[in-house]
Amino acid sequence: MAGVLHTLVEPGFFSDSAVQLALVVGGVVALVAAAVGVFTVLRGQAFAGDALGHMGAAGGSSAYLIGLAPLWGFVAVALAAAGLMEMVGIQRARGRDLATGIVLGAGLGLAALFLYLDTTHSGTAGATGTILVGSIFTLDPAILPAALALGAIALIIVIALFRPLLLSSISPELAVARGIPVRAVGILYLIAMAVAVALCAVTIGAILSTALLIGPGAAALALTNRPGRAVALAGVIGLAATWLGVLLAYDSYYWPPLHHGWPVSFFVVALVLIAYLGARAGGRRRVGG
Amino acid sequence: MTDGTLTAAEPREATLSAEAVTVRLGGRSILDEVSFTIGRGEFTGLIGANGAGKTTLLRVILGLQAPTAGRIRLGGPGHARGGIGYVPQKFLLEQDMPLRGRDLVGLGLDGHRLGFALPSRRRAALVEEMLEAVGAGRFADARVGRLSGGEQQRILIAHALISRPRLLLLDEPLANLDLPSAQEVVRVLSRVSREQQIAILISAHEMNPLLPVMDRVVYLAGGRAATGTVEEVVRSEVLTRLYGHHVDVLRVHGRVIVVAGTGQDEHPAAEEAGAGGVEIV
Repeated sequence: MAGVLHTLVEPGFFSDSAVQLALVVGGVVALVAAAVGVFTVLRGQAFAGDALGHMGAAGGSSAYLIGLAPLWGFVAVALAAAGLMEMVGIQRARGRDLATGIVLGAGLGLAALFLYLDTTHSGTAGATGTILVGSIFTLDPAILPAALALGAIALIIVIALFRPLLLSSISPELAVARGIPVRAVGILYLIAMAVAVALCAVTIGAILSTALLIGPGAAALALTNRPGRAVALAGVIGLAATWLGVLLAYDSYYWPPLHHGWPVSFFVVALVLIAYLGARAGGRRRVGG
Repeated sequence: MTDGTLTAAEPREATLSAEAVTVRLGGRSILDEVSFTIGRGEFTGLIGANGAGKTTLLRVILGLQAPTAGRIRLGGPGHARGGIGYVPQKFLLEQDMPLRGRDLVGLGLDGHRLGFALPSRRRAALVEEMLEAVGAGRFADARVGRLSGGEQQRILIAHALISRPRLLLLDEPLANLDLPSAQEVVRVLSRVSREQQIAILISAHEMNPLLPVMDRVVYLAGGRAATGTVEEVVRSEVLTRLYGHHVDVLRVHGRVIVVAGTGQDEHPAAEEAGAGGVEIV
C-alpha cells in the first residue's frame, strides 16, 4: 500500500512550495469555476464563457508586456468583454451568439498583436505558453490574496443569487412574473463568469479555461436531479480533476521525454473530459432516459 | 352589455379591470379599447384565434407591455404585480434541466429571495400541499423536463399558485395537450379557483374544453373584445358585429362551433384556425 502510494505520489510532492501554491490556487479556482459553471451550462452560455476565456489572452499578454501579473490582464479584459457582450445583446437568445462572436473576433485580434509583442520583447516564447495554456507551477506567490479575493466575489454572487439565478435560467418569463429583475441578475452573473474564467486562465491557460468552467458543471448535471447537489458535485469533480492533474504533472517529470514534465493543463482537461463522459454514461442509468 | 364598453355596473371588488386598453405597435393596432372586469374567484376564458391579441393582453396585465391608452386596475388593497400568478405560453422545460417538479414549485414560493432555500418543514409541507392540490404528487420527484406536457402544466400551475395570488393568468395552457389531459388541467384549475377564491384568466383558441367551467368569456377578434357570459357573447349577432362580417354560431352536442366567414376577415390567422376558411372555435 505504502509502495503504491509512493509510486503515485513522488517523494517531495507535498513539501515543494510551488506544488503547495499550485494545489491551493488550483483548488480555489476549481471550486469557484464549478459553482459558476453549473449556471453557465443551465443558461446555455457556454460559448460566451469560452469567448471570455479566449479574449482573456489579450489581457494576459498585455499585462505581461507592462510587467503586471497576467491575472490582472485576464480579469480586466474578461470584465470589459462581458460588458461589451451585454451591450451588444447577450440577453436575447437570438443575439447571444452574434454578440459573443463579434466581441471574440476583436479580442483575439488584440491577443495576436500582444503575444507577438511579448515574444519580440522578451526574446522567448515562454510568455505565449504561460498565457495560452497556463503554468500553474510557476505562479507568483504574491497573486494568492488576489486569487482568493476574486474567487470570493464570484462565489458570493452565485450563492447570494442562487434562487433568482436558477429561476431566470429555467425561464426568464417565470422569473419576471415572480418579480425578479432578470437583466440585473444576468449582468451580475456575467461578472461572476468573467472573474471565474480569468481565474481558470491563470491555472490552465486562456484557451483551456472553458474546460474547467463547463466540464464539471456539465458532468454534475448529468448525475443529479437537484440543482443544489449539482453545484456541490461540480465542485468535487473540478477539485479532483485539478489536484489529480497537478499530481500527474509532477509525476510526469519522470516520464518520457525524461526531465521535462507534461503540462498540468493537459491532465486537468483530460480528467474533466473523462469525468464528463463517465457522468453521461452513469447518469443515464441513474436519472432515467 | 356585451360589446365591452359597459363596465359601470360591475361589482366593486373586481380582482381585475381592464379599462379601454389599447395597444398599437409599429402603427398596427393590436388591441382596440378592450374593457372587461374579472370578479373574485371567477373563471374567465380569453378566447380568440391566433393573432387576435390574447398574449399581448396578458402581457399588459402582467405589466410587461405598457398600453398605448387605457389602463389595468388590480383590485384589493396593496395589490402588487406579485399578486398575479402566470403560466407562459408554449412552455416546455429543457430535458437536461436538473430540476424536480418539487423544486420548481418551491421556486414559486421564494424564487425571488436571495441565497439557497434552507431546509424547512413548513416550506416542504406547503410545496407538498400544492402538489397534491394539482394532482402532481405522483411525479414530483422526476425531472420536470422529462414529464409529459400535461404533467408539466400541472407543475407550472402549482408553481404559479403557491404564492397565493388573487389572479392566475394562463397563456394557451391547453394548446399542446390531448383532449383528456386538457380536460384534466381544466378540472384542476376549476377546483383550485373555487376552493381558494382565485380568479383565473385563461387564453385559448379552442373554447370547448372550457365550456363547463367558464363564468365569463372575453372574446377577442381583430383586437376588439366582447365580454359577458358564454350565452351572452357566443351568439351570431354579437360575433358578427365583433368580426365585422357574418359569423354563424352552431351548438352541437353541447359543443360550440363558430364559423367565421371567409375572405374579408382582417385577421388571416383566423382563417388558418379552421379548415377551408372556416374557423372552428
